[in-house]
Amino acid sequence: MTRYSVVSAAQSDDPATRTRAIEAISAAYWKPLYKYVRMKWNSTPEDAADFTQEFFARLLEKEFIDSYDSSKGRLRTFLRTCADRFFMNQQRDATRQKRAAGYAHLPIDVADAERELATISASETPEDNFDKEWVRSLFALGLQGMRKNCESAGKMVHFHLFERYDLENSDPKPSYADLAKEFGLPPTDVTNYLAFARREFRRCVLDQLREMTASEEEFRREARVLLGVDS
Amino acid sequence: MKPLTDSAVARLQTDMQLPDLSGTRYCVIRYLARGGMGTVWLVEDTVLLRRVALKVLDLVSPAEDVAERLLQEARILASLEHPGIVPVHDAGTLADGRAFYCMKFIEGHTLAEHVAEKGLRERIRLLERIAEPLDFAHVRGFIHRDLKPENIMIGAFGEVLIMDWGLARVGEQPESGTSNSSRSRQGRSRDTLQGSILGTPGYMSPEQARADSKVDHRTDIFSLGAILWFMLTGEAPDKESSVGLPRPLRAICTKAMAADPGERYSSAGAMNADLAKYLTNAPVGAYRESWFERAGRIYARHRVAVVLLAAYLLMRGFFILWSRR
Repeated sequence: MTRYSVVSAAQSDDPATRTRAIEAISAAYWKPLYKYVRMKWNSTPEDAADFTQEFFARLLEKEFIDSYDSSKGRLRTFLRTCADRFFMNQQRDATRQKRAAGYAHLPIDVADAERELATISASETPEDNFDKEWVRSLFALGLQGMRKNCESAGKMVHFHLFERYDLENSDPKPSYADLAKEFGLPPTDVTNYLAFARREFRRCVLDQLREMTASEEEFRREARVLLGVDS
Repeated sequence: MKPLTDSAVARLQTDMQLPDLSGTRYCVIRYLARGGMGTVWLVEDTVLLRRVALKVLDLVSPAEDVAERLLQEARILASLEHPGIVPVHDAGTLADGRAFYCMKFIEGHTLAEHVAEKGLRERIRLLERIAEPLDFAHVRGFIHRDLKPENIMIGAFGEVLIMDWGLARVGEQPESGTSNSSRSRQGRSRDTLQGSILGTPGYMSPEQARADSKVDHRTDIFSLGAILWFMLTGEAPDKESSVGLPRPLRAICTKAMAADPGERYSSAGAMNADLAKYLTNAPVGAYRESWFERAGRIYARHRVAVVLLAAYLLMRGFFILWSRR
């Protein structure tokens, strides 16, 4: 079975394929990386944003991503290790050359990331936070994909029900009967719609993860971390 | 879209793992426990209106053969009809492609929780009740391979059940095996993960820890000895924790946990027989007692007769002395 992976696409000889793949990787990893830099090196928000942009611009260089070997480790660990090394090199080379030129800037929402950073517990390590943010990022991308699919299938009610029941922090949680009243649906439809939405969400997240991993074995290992089964 | 809070991420993680029960007679009530291959959920059987436990494979399993292993576990449980082994009601594949089986929901405590409040004799009797279903399984050619206090449940009516047969395999039958057991083994694979190290350190036999392919039912005898040790001392097996343990009981544990399988009890039943002897103050096969210990044991076993005899001898002595005066 042919398996599409952004990791192998990022190692492609075709610059256009490579750019698309790096954009997909950066969409999943920019926020974990930004927060990691802020936490680990106490960088200012501006420096952390510059670093993140430069890091992904550097990732476009073929020899950089080519050094990743999926049989030796996870992409997640590779990127974090590369970020450490890249930061050290930057510190050594004060007159570093800006490499971001020519690369479409990442849509980094610094204010949003900063709001989330303010809520992080002091005992959390940058490495743990990087992994936690990676889960959050993949779930967010999965939700985006699910929303798109629901829109095109005319099933936005399913999406809004899911949003209301599973994403909102309401206390107490609304019952299915409450949701049926709120959305003007029979209670059995609420059960079925939510089951559909959860299936769709699960599929979108796992598709996203499958693309972000280079092999089936890496996918299995990362999925178990994503699901909170393994650490 | 709003950013995902930590609690929303946690909820989504649970959502991802929720079994898709559409098209089945079950409805999720709550999460119960995690096992090596999957998660156990408390569900409602909407037809019979009763609560049962559903063991469902993880959404993404660590290996490709786990679905077959889960069904193998269900088949093993189904073939072992014994009051000490949890009964299976149903098995199959869910709409999301995950294998599952449905079993009786046991409301109770694990052995570790239960044993703390029991006296020595009750603990020994409890172990005898663990050995019975184990012996039953061994005679039918099955080895559990992951016996430990967490896998023993004490039900609401005091019933003792051996749980989690996920690592069980078909092994060689002990010599006392009955003839009908070979028929019950037909069509089953010998071992789904032969050569892999599976089990729990502390309760796993040395040959199992070496991933020896010749592991037989005596690996469970080792675990049974380790469980007895735990029940008597409250700690995982360790020579230092044996302080205060009666020597015959320590000898029973040591024999069950011998490094060489050939030096262990030949069956769980044989170990039970030795424990029964200890409870009735009879000589224990695993322990060679001193003359003094033997006298003490005989006194403990025949206390009334010994007291009467001593009283008689004392009175006779007095009578002889008195008659010579």
